Amino acid sequence: MIDFGYTLTRDRQLDYDRGDFRYLKLVKSLEPSMDLCIGCGSCTATCSAAGFTNFNIRRLHTVIRRGDPESIKAELKKCMFCGKCQLVCPRGVNLRNLILAMNRAIEILG
Amino acid sequence: MIKFNLFVLPFSLGLIYIVTSIVMHYYRWIKALPAVDKVKLSAGIRTPSKVLASLKEIFLEGLIHRKLWKRNPLLGYMHMSFAFGWFLLIVMGNLESRVYHGAYINAPYYPIFLKFFIHDRLVLFFEIFTVPAFFRFIMDFLLLFVLSGLVLAWIKRKQSKWFGMKQTTMHNFFDRVALSCLWLIFPMRLLAESYTAGYFHGGGGFLTQNLGNLLVMITPGPAELIAYFFWWTYSLVLGLFFIMMPYSRYMHIPSELLLIVFRHCGIQPRKWGSSFSDLEVRSCSRCGVCIDACQLNFAAGINTIQAVYLIRSQREQYIPENIAQTCMLCGRCQEACPVGIKIDSLRLIKRREIGSGQVSDFSYLTNPHPGFADVVYFAGCMSQLTPSIPIAMEGIFKEAGINYLFIDRNGSICCGRPLMLAGKDKQANELIEFNKTLIRQTRAKLLVTSCPICYKVFREEYNLPIRIQHHSQYLLELVKDGKIALQSQHRRVVYHDPCDLGRGGNIYQAPRELLGKISDLEPVEKDRTNALCCGGSLALMGTSMRTKDEVTLDALESLLAGDPDILVTACPLCKKTFSKLSKTEVRDIAELVYDAIPSRKTRIAGTVKDPEVVIS
Ligand code: SF4
Ligand code: SF4
Ligand code: SF4
Ligand code: SF4
Repeated sequence: MIDFGYTLTRDRQLDYDRGDFRYLKLVKSLEPSMDLCIGCGSCTATCSAAGFTNFNIRRLHTVIRRGDPESIKAELKKCMFCGKCQLVCPRGVNLRNLILAMNRAIEILG
Repeated sequence: MIKFNLFVLPFSLGLIYIVTSIVMHYYRWIKALPAVDKVKLSAGIRTPSKVLASLKEIFLEGLIHRKLWKRNPLLGYMHMSFAFGWFLLIVMGNLESRVYHGAYINAPYYPIFLKFFIHDRLVLFFEIFTVPAFFRFIMDFLLLFVLSGLVLAWIKRKQSKWFGMKQTTMHNFFDRVALSCLWLIFPMRLLAESYTAGYFHGGGGFLTQNLGNLLVMITPGPAELIAYFFWWTYSLVLGLFFIMMPYSRYMHIPSELLLIVFRHCGIQPRKWGSSFSDLEVRSCSRCGVCIDACQLNFAAGINTIQAVYLIRSQREQYIPENIAQTCMLCGRCQEACPVGIKIDSLRLIKRREIGSGQVSDFSYLTNPHPGFADVVYFAGCMSQLTPSIPIAMEGIFKEAGINYLFIDRNGSICCGRPLMLAGKDKQANELIEFNKTLIRQTRAKLLVTSCPICYKVFREEYNLPIRIQHHSQYLLELVKDGKIALQSQHRRVVYHDPCDLGRGGNIYQAPRELLGKISDLEPVEKDRTNALCCGGSLALMGTSMRTKDEVTLDALESLLAGDPDILVTACPLCKKTFSKLSKTEVRDIAELVYDAIPSRKTRIAGTVKDPEVVIS
C-alpha cells in the first residue's frame, strides 16, 4: 500500500437499527442506576485497574448503551472490583453492581 | 400400684419419635462432617476440659440463655423460664416419682403424669414438713415459673414492642402447630393436676390444690371425668409437639446443643459450606434479634434480608439472590445473635455459589521489584480517595525516622477482599498472590496498612511471615516507643469503630488509647461490638445509593448526638462515606496524630485536608 502520510480510521458510525440492545435491557433491569450516568469519566479517572493497563470502565458501560457489547467481553475481566469508581461517581451510579450485572449479562447472553 | 393408663400413649409415641429423630439427625450431621472435622470432634470429646466447657455453655446458653439476658432481659427471662423451668420440672418430677416408687427405672411417662397416679392426702399438720410436701411445693412453683414465661410469650406475640422489638418473625405451618401445642402443654398440665387434686382432695401443692378445690367447686359435672379429659389433652399436645418438633423451628433446641459441642471441639465453618453450616442453619431459634440489630432494617426499611430470613430460605434449600447480596456484612447481627451463628460465613457461602462462574484476567499486572525497607506501608485503594491519610502517614514515618516503603504510592493492586465479598475467591487469590510477592520482595518485618478492609484480608488470607498492623496499632506503638511525641489538641472528638477493624479485626482499644493522648475523646451510644456501619460497605450490592445514604445519615445522627468537634474514624472508606453527608468534620486518626506532633519538621501549611470538592 502506498504511504500517503496518513491512515484511515475504522468506521465509528453507530447504526442504532443494527445494535445489540439485549445486553442493555438486561443490564438495566439488573442495575437501573445505569441510567443516571452523565458520562463524566470520573469512574475511569480513579479506576485501580486503569492504573496498570488501558482499561476504561466508562467506555464499557457506554458501549453497552450503544448496542455494541462485543468489545467489553474480554475487557471486563480486568476489573479488580475494588469499588473506587462507585465512590467517586457524582451521579450515584452503583458501579460495582453494574459491573456484576454486565458480567451476568455476558454469562446469560454469551 | 397401677402405673398405666391408655392416655399415656400419645406422649410415649411422641417421645419415641423425637428421640429417634434427634439421634438420626445427630448421626447425619456428624457423618457428613469433613474428615478433618471428624478428627477434631473425636479428639475434642475425649478432652475433659472441652467436654466441661461444652456442658457449661449448654447450661448457660441452652437453659439459662445468658446472651439473650444480656441483650434483652425480658426475652431472656421468657426463654429461661421455658427451658430451665421445663428442665427442672423433668428432673424434679423424676426425683419425686422415686419417693413413691423404689424402682431405678420408671417408664418415661410415669414422672410426667405422676399426679394422675398419686394423689394421696397429706392430712396431718406435720406432714407439710415431709418429703412429699416439699416436692409438691417445688413442682407447683416450677409450673408457675414456666407459666409466667408463657404469659410473657403470649404478650410478646400480641405486643412485641413491649419487648423493645420492632419485628417478630414469621411462622410456617409446622411452626404454628408446634407453637399451639407448646402453648397448651403447661395450661393443660395445670388443669389436669388441679382437677385431680381437687377431686381427690389431695396430691396438689399450693397452686394446683387450691386452684383444684376452686375449680371443682365452681364447675358443674363430674370432676373426675373432666380431669381425665385434661390428662388426655395434656398427653396429646405433648405427643403432637414432639412429632412436629423436627419439622418446626423448635428443632433448634437439640441442634444448638450439638453445635455447642462442635464449636468447642474447634470446628469452623468452611468456605463452601459443610455440615457444620447445616447445623448452624438448624440451630437458629428465629428469635429475631438479628432483625433488630440490622441497620438496613432500622435505618433503611429493608426487612426481608436479615439473618433469620437468610437462614429460613437456606433451610428451604433456596436462597434468593437478593437475600444473599443485600447485606453490608457488617457483622452486627452476628455479634448480637444469641446462638452465635456465623452469619457472615453463611451468606458468603451463597455468594460464592453465585459469583464463582465469572472469570478475571489480571495478566496486565507486572511485577517490578519494589525495593527494600524495614516497614512496608500499604495505603490501600480507598486511601487513594482520601489522600490526606497517606500524606499524614508519610509525614509520621519521616518524623519517626522509619525506613519505610510506600508500596502502593502509584496505585494499589486491590487487596482482594472486595472480590471475596462478592464471592469471587478464585479471582481474589490471583491479586493476593501478586501483592504477596510484592510485599515479600521488600524483606520488611512489618506491614502497616491504613485500610481495615486490607488489614482483615492480609491477616486472614495472606499467610505472610511478617507482622501486620493497622495504622492505629502502629501509631500507638510509635508513641509508646518514644519515636514520636504528641501534644493534645484538646478537640472534642468521637470515635467511630470501622466494621472490619472492630468486629472484623477485634481492634477496639488501640485507637481509643491513641485518641486519649491527643484529644478529648467522648463516648457514643453504640460503640465497639455494637458500633454502627458507616453504610459504605463494599459488601452491599444490588441496592440503590440512596439506601446507603439512609444508613449513613442514621449512623451520623447517632454518632454526632453529642455535637463533637470532629468525627474520627480509622478507615478511608468510612471517612469517604461520612464526609459526603456529614456537617461535622470527619478525619482519620492518622491525620489527627500527625497534627498532634508539635515539633514536626515536615509541616504542611495548615492542617492536612483532602482536596475534595463538596457538592451540596
Ligand atoms: S471496581 Fe473495577 S472499574 Fe471500579 S475502580 Fe475498581 S477496578 Fe476500576
Ligand atoms: S463516574 Fe458515574 S456519571 Fe461519571 S461516567 Fe462514571 S458512571 Fe457515569
Ligand atoms: S440468626 Fe441468631 S439472632 Fe437471628 S433469629 Fe436466628 S438465632 Fe436469632
Ligand atoms: S451483616 Fe449487617 S447488614 Fe447484613 S444482615 Fe447483618 S446486620 Fe444487616
